[in-house]
This record gives sequence, C-alpha cells and structure tokens, in this order.
Amino acid sequence: MRLTCPLCGERDRREFYYYGSDDYLRRPAEGAPAAAWDDYLHNRDNPAGETRDLWYHEAGCGQWLAVTRNTVTHAVLAVDLVAPVAQKRGRK
Amino acid sequence: MRYSGFKVFTEGLFGNKGWKPAWRDPAPKAEYDAIIIGGGGHGLSTAYYLAKNHGLTNIAVLEKGYLGGGNVGRNTTIVRANYFLPGNSEFYSHSLKLWEGLEADLNYNVMHSQRGLINLFHSDGQRDAFARRGNAMVNQGDDAELLDRDGVRALLPYLDFEQTRFPIYGGLLHRRGGTARHDAVAWGYARGADQRGVDLIQNCEVTGIDVENGRVTGVQTTRGAIRAKKVGIVVAGRSSQVAAMAGLRLPIESHILQAFVTEGLKPVIDHVISFGMGHFYISQSDKGGLVFGGDLDFYASYAARGNLPMVEHVMEAGMTLMPMIGRAKVLRSWGGIMDMSPDGSPVIDRTGIDGLYIDCGWNYGGFKAVPASGWCMAHLMATDQPHEVARRFTLNRFATGDLLDEEGTGSQHNLH
Ligand SMILES: Cc1cc2nc3c(=O)[nH]c(=O)nc-3n(C[C@H](O)[C@H](O)[C@H](O)COP(=O)(O)OP(=O)(O)OC[C@H]3O[C@@H](n4cnc5c(N)ncnc54)[C@H](O)[C@@H]3O)c2cc1C
Ligand SMILES: [Zn+2]
Repeated sequence: MRLTCPLCGERDRREFYYYGSDDYLRRPAEGAPAAAWDDYLHNRDNPAGETRDLWYHEAGCGQWLAVTRNTVTHAVLAVDLVAPVAQKRGRK
Repeated sequence: MRYSGFKVFTEGLFGNKGWKPAWRDPAPKAEYDAIIIGGGGHGLSTAYYLAKNHGLTNIAVLEKGYLGGGNVGRNTTIVRANYFLPGNSEFYSHSLKLWEGLEADLNYNVMHSQRGLINLFHSDGQRDAFARRGNAMVNQGDDAELLDRDGVRALLPYLDFEQTRFPIYGGLLHRRGGTARHDAVAWGYARGADQRGVDLIQNCEVTGIDVENGRVTGVQTTRGAIRAKKVGIVVAGRSSQVAAMAGLRLPIESHILQAFVTEGLKPVIDHVISFGMGHFYISQSDKGGLVFGGDLDFYASYAARGNLPMVEHVMEAGMTLMPMIGRAKVLRSWGGIMDMSPDGSPVIDRTGIDGLYIDCGWNYGGFKAVPASGWCMAHLMATDQPHEVARRFTLNRFATGDLLDEEGTGSQHNLH
C-alpha cells in the first residue's frame, strides 16, 4: 500500500505511523460525561469497507493525514491534511 | 463412532470403508433454545460445553462459511498460560488445564504438544520483568523457570547469541506451553457438539438480529429466520458487523495478523521460541514446516492477506535470531482478521439486550483460549452469570477504567 501525502507525493506505507479511526478528531468537549470519553477512546464503527483514519507522515513532512480508504480492498480514495479537516469541524 | 487405536487397525485391515462423516449436515430448524453465531474455535467450544456442562442440546451453531475456516484454522497454534494480570492469569490457567485433558474428553487427537515455550530477554530490565511474570505464573499454580544465557544455550544452541542489536541474556521457560493442531481443535469440538445433538449449520450467514422490547427473539440468516431466546455472538474479526445488527458499537478494531510456513524440514526446532524484541516467534510443525509470525500489519483491515513490509520485517527478525533458517524456502503466507480490543484482553459478557451475549476481543491470543472461552461463554449463556475465571472480561470495563492491559501500552487497538 502506498499513500499520496498532499505535501510529499506518493510514498511507501513504511513512512507512515497508523493511529486509528478519525473518531480521534471528534474529541468531546471539556466537562463532557464519562460515557462520551469512553466512546471517543474505545468504541469504533470498524467498517468492512470505506473508512477514514489517521496516519502520521513520520518519515516525511511530519503532518497528520486523514486517509479515506477501503479496509477490504486496501484502495486509497483520498488523503487530506488533518489540520484543515479539524478546523472545518470547528477546532483550532 | 468412538475413535481408538484398535479402530484404526481394523479399518486398515478392511480398506478403511467403515469411517463415517464426523458430524451431520442438518437443515436449520425454525427455533432453538440457543443459537451461537460463528463456527470458529470459540463458537464450537461454546456449543460443546453448553451441551456437556449444562445439558442444553436444542442449540445450533450458525457459520457463514465452513467450520474452522476463520482464525481457528489460520493461527500459529501456540498454547500457553503465561499471563501476568489477575483476571487474565486464572483464565488462561484454567484453559491450559482444559487443554491437558482435551483429547481424552473429546476422544479426538488434537496433537496437543507441550514442547515448552521460551520467551527470550535481552537486557537486565527485561530479565527483571520476566522474573516477575514467572513469579506470577508460579503463584497462579502454573510453571515457569528463569533461564540464564547458558540455560538457553543448552536448549537452543543454534540461536545467534551475540547479535549486536539484541544479544540474548536468557529466557523464561514455560514447560507446559506448546502447540496443537488448529484444525483438529475445531473438528474435535464440532464432532463432540454434534454427538450431543447440537446442529452445526454451515453456509448460513447471520444477516440480522431480532430484538423486541429489549429482548432478543432470534436471527435472520441466508437460510431463513430462526427463533431463539438466547443468542451468542462469537465471530472474532467480524464482531463489529454482527454486533451492529443489534445496534451495538463495540470497543473493537479489526486488524490483520500474518503467518508463514516453510517447506518441510527435518526436526530442528524442538520448542516454541518467542523473540519479542524482534516481533518474531517460531515453532516447527509435525509435518516439518517452520511455522512463524510477527506483529500486526498495523492498520485496520479486513483483507485476510498481509502487506509486504511486514513480510520483510518478519524475515529480517528471523534471520537476526537464527541465521540457520535463511535457506529454508517459505511455502505459504496468509492473514487472519483479528478482533483487537483497546486493552488487549477479551470480552465475555452480556450486552444490555436480554438474551444476547458476546464473546470477542481475542486479539491474536485466542487460540489458547478456545477451551476456557467456550467453557465460560457456555456458563454465561446457561446461567446468565459470569464464570468465576472470566469475571473481569466485561464489556463496560473500558468505561469504568477496570482495564486488563497486559502490555501496558494504553488504549490504542493496534498496540496490543
Ligand atoms: C496468523 C495468526 C496467528 C495466530 N496465532 C495464535 C497463537 O499462536 N496462539 C493463540 O492463542 N492465538 C493465535 N491467534 C489468534 C486466534 O486464532 C484467534 O484469536 C481465535 O481463533 C479467534 O476465535 P475463533 O476461533 O472463534 O475465530 P474464527 O475461527 O475466526 O471464528 C469466527 C467465525 O465466525 C464466522 N462468522 C463471521 N460473521 C458471521 C456471520 N455474520 N454469520 C455467521 N458466521 C459468521 C466466521 O466465518 C468464522 O468462521 C492467531 C491468529 C492469526 C490470524
Ligand atoms: Zn508528507
């Protein structure tokens, strides 16, 4: 599998660190109930098919990337920088 | 039909014409007392112990493919009881004891071989951690011996002790650890369950779970609707999909773990060796193939085949540890879909829906757990109470902070 980093271009999978589902971008607000934190940290949709997850371009530009890909075929559909994605969701 | 040496002998004399299929191939009934979704090791052992220990025989195992086609037939077959944390320790101890009586109990040769497992260590700090683990194992009533470098050398003279990156300081020897024939475990439990009246229904995929007023009432399948007041979800890597049919969102992420086997060689590796620092472990099958594996591919996947970077990594680790295997030819590699939990430990619990139970989160350690998982899941489904040795495997422990994080790596599914 290769990922096309928006900044560095197409790179080998080994350059990237995998974190997990993009649920990590939906951090509960301060003071949210414990159940919200549990859901955020542990529970996952875990789809067999299209998913979106977070990768870190460790051996490249050092940016966090949100990758849209298929967990069954390993087709990569889109790679976006996380910073603007997170901002669109109203977080700085 | 009872299997025995005498039976093999007489069948041999008369052209092997008397063997019968090991289980029936029944059509699903309209209703059962209990349904188990998933015909892997854990589903089959659950059915067996429901029938044997609890007298529940009007039950069915529904398998979407063929029995044993999932992880139970894809793993590297290590059986051990070397866990550290209370909660895990007593469970795996119970499982190993069941393994030790399994062949007699099932009247089936599962080729359980207690050839000894050696976990290597490579620093003073790691030795202390292993000594502590060994003490925990002994306190649990299991066996452990701390070997120094010479002790390891006496058993495994062919390792590269002086490799520059991870020189070998010693190892933790667990003599009762070993391997078993994975398919035979599935077949043995299947045959045992069938003989007690359990319907094993293959090519029957569950597509929906029926819930009315907070109670489970049955399932929808590719072979029609089947009613049942009790349903157990035991589907390993597919847990999230099946649980979602009942509206549940699980603390599970599915990942691929690969394994490899070489051409058959003369006996050379007499133990199971685990080289944690290199993410590598190896044993030799009775057919002579070297069976080995490493770590997860690291990203969520349902592909049931592995990626090449991990192939390279595993081969490198093997060459670091035992350069002698370098000329063996790898015959096959494959992958299995692992149900990774956020603390690396499993779940055997109720679900919040009456009559619906779940057994999942086995990560890459669920083969050794097959007997005890079935034992405890059967207990839970029959009595509605958790079994004593599985009482910590709750679904809500992530919410309460009661984690069982054996490796101490934190709440990230792929780090266990
Ligand atoms: C490469 C590899 C190496 C491993 N090595 C070891 C090891 O050395 N030691 C160890 O202890 N463990 C090991 N494991 C882990 C172990 O194999 C698993 O944890 C364990 O087998 C999982 O439980 P199971 O046997 O019930 O799973 P499976 O055999 O996967 O059973 C689940 C079944 O559910 C069925 N199913 C799924 N969805 C549906 C549906 N909708 N309807 C009906 N049926 C369905 C599937 O078809 C499957 O047959 C390894 C795993 C792999 C892949
Ligand atoms: Zn980059």
